[in-house]
Amino acid sequence: MTAPATKSARFGQATSRLPDLAFRIGTGGFAWVAVAVVVLVGILLAVSSSDVFRTFGLSFLTGTTWDPVAQVYGALPFIIGTLLSSSIAIVLAAPIGILTAIFLAELAPRRVAVPLTFAVELLAAIPSVVYGLWGVFILGPFLKTTVGAWINGALGWIPIFGGHPDATGLFTAGVILTLMILPTIVAISRDVITAVPDSQREAMLALGATRWETITKSVLPYARSGVYGALILGLGRALGETMAVTMVIGNSSQLPKSIFDSSQTIASQIATTFSEAGRGLPTSALIGLGLVLLVITMSLNVVARLLVWRVAGPGTDRR
Amino acid sequence: MTISLSKRLGALALASATIVGACGSPAATTTPTTAAVATGPAATAGPTTPQVPSGNVTLAGAGATFPALLYQVWIEKFTAANPSVAINYVANGSGAGITAITQQTVDFGASDAAMKDSDIAALPADTTILHVPTALGAVVVIFNVAGVDTKPITKLNLDGPTIAGIFLGKITAWNDPAIVALNPDVASNLPATPIKVIHRADSSGTTNTFTTYLSAVSPDWKNGPGAGKSVNWPTGDGAPGNDGVSGGVKSGDGRIGYVELQYAVISGLSSAAVKNANGKFVQGSSDGVTAAANGALATFPADFRAAPIINGPGDTTYPIASYTYMLVYQEQTDAAKGQALVAYLYWALTDGQKEEKAIGYAPLPDQIQQKALDELHKITSGGTPIWGS
Repeated sequence: MTAPATKSARFGQATSRLPDLAFRIGTGGFAWVAVAVVVLVGILLAVSSSDVFRTFGLSFLTGTTWDPVAQVYGALPFIIGTLLSSSIAIVLAAPIGILTAIFLAELAPRRVAVPLTFAVELLAAIPSVVYGLWGVFILGPFLKTTVGAWINGALGWIPIFGGHPDATGLFTAGVILTLMILPTIVAISRDVITAVPDSQREAMLALGATRWETITKSVLPYARSGVYGALILGLGRALGETMAVTMVIGNSSQLPKSIFDSSQTIASQIATTFSEAGRGLPTSALIGLGLVLLVITMSLNVVARLLVWRVAGPGTDRR
Repeated sequence: MTISLSKRLGALALASATIVGACGSPAATTTPTTAAVATGPAATAGPTTPQVPSGNVTLAGAGATFPALLYQVWIEKFTAANPSVAINYVANGSGAGITAITQQTVDFGASDAAMKDSDIAALPADTTILHVPTALGAVVVIFNVAGVDTKPITKLNLDGPTIAGIFLGKITAWNDPAIVALNPDVASNLPATPIKVIHRADSSGTTNTFTTYLSAVSPDWKNGPGAGKSVNWPTGDGAPGNDGVSGGVKSGDGRIGYVELQYAVISGLSSAAVKNANGKFVQGSSDGVTAAANGALATFPADFRAAPIINGPGDTTYPIASYTYMLVYQEQTDAAKGQALVAYLYWALTDGQKEEKAIGYAPLPDQIQQKALDELHKITSGGTPIWGS
């Protein structure tokens, strides 16, 4: 506050205060617009979906039937579809992503790390509709006859691995999502691992620890909450992903019994049915779905950011 | 969507070239020529055909995907003949068309399903919507399954209860006794392949027509999923749009789905012959739909809001057909736009009808066409009819 005061004294009060003030209000105003948009979206979703919550109450969240003819709306199949497809993705992406990040941050020589990092980040540049197309025509049919058939054959006696593997379904959607969230997980994990102070490593090495011991006993525990944050940000991306999932998940509003069943996520249900949804309750129900998704992803993002900041400080959570 | 649309336009150019020649004389009796129609309303209504306004006008429309291809052709031909008028049509679905015209963001809406009473109640106060029927189309059952001889099966007979059984998930294999019994000629060739249903994921007029049929032929369907623009499908995968369903059926062995006739033609998939009310197995076709429309003339409602035409009488009638509509306000607030709109609708109901057969739609029966033309006289601007009688 003191610096501007001396400045304005030098140039004269009347001329300097106005542009300064305008600049301050202008920039601040635009910054607050972002906050206002989030708040307004939240309010709009809540208001527009009030119909469906008034009609069904909490059973909107727990109902298993989504029947536009009978006007019965239960979101559970989509909530389960969203959580299951994202869970498959995170279970597959977590080990791959963390190990990649460790390699890039700790082990790889620079001439390997730079192009590899670039390649992983390129995964994020592939449009999601291209992932979807690839999933429909190549990955889905491939998984059906190989990995899917194998899991189904070996573990089919467990209900969640039963059913008939097909090119479309939860499993294919999960694998596609795995690829889509890997760049997020790798980039942030690598950042938080790099941010671990060298004193930690040097202390371990001074004690005669091997590379493996240094990483598992010192670096990873230090970076742990940041890595959790990376995983949750990845999960957040998986939860909201729409296009690629819509193309491979099968768009079925029945509750899935197995990871090979067709299912539907909240995001793809909204995307596929919104344009022709009738006004009143059907639209309100879809907006209610949007609100549920917003609440899930927002709370996850808040948790993730706090975790990342704890290790690496604000500003490292780039996607 | 874009890719297949351009493909369709390509196919269309070929198709119109061949079919315009082929349907010349027999169509003259069922499809009125411009001259015949121009004198038709002239006798009862007025001496003039509606003219476009002198200034430049842009009309905006939105709605059904089912007639979108037809509308594209119409718009192209009409605006070529009337360069002062530009028409933008966004094919975003019947429900969206109804919403858009209700909120008055477009000059005309389009829908395959007539507006429900609740839709009409939601209109702005003191406004009236006119349903102008523009065409008829068939919904066909497409399938993709290799026979025991490993070649794709191209001919298949199905009846209502069997189709309902398949879409209910009760008939699960292609060699199910119900399917075998309907297809004695190829019975030994039907494989044990599991049936996979592909249905619409979005809310759609095509689904409304198809599920109305299923409800009519199967009590289980009627008491279960029921009829509507989107329903709670008991089995199968959803795919967006008619293109999505035909693509989904095409992409795997043992699949079955339903689309508007022309989408089956474009995708090259075989469609089932469906048993009609007279017990005959009929392939979906423009003629089969015309027969259905003619059979249902007596039940055509005065407010034009006709239900899908299901199981109509007649040997050649295809049992799953539907009208599609343009929705316009009776009172046009913008006189120039109203004038252009009436001219366009008049053209669509007369010259436009000749385009329909070539691209798999069925032209309106004469009687309905006349009713629709009479309806155009009701359109007013500032309280005076735009196309005076």
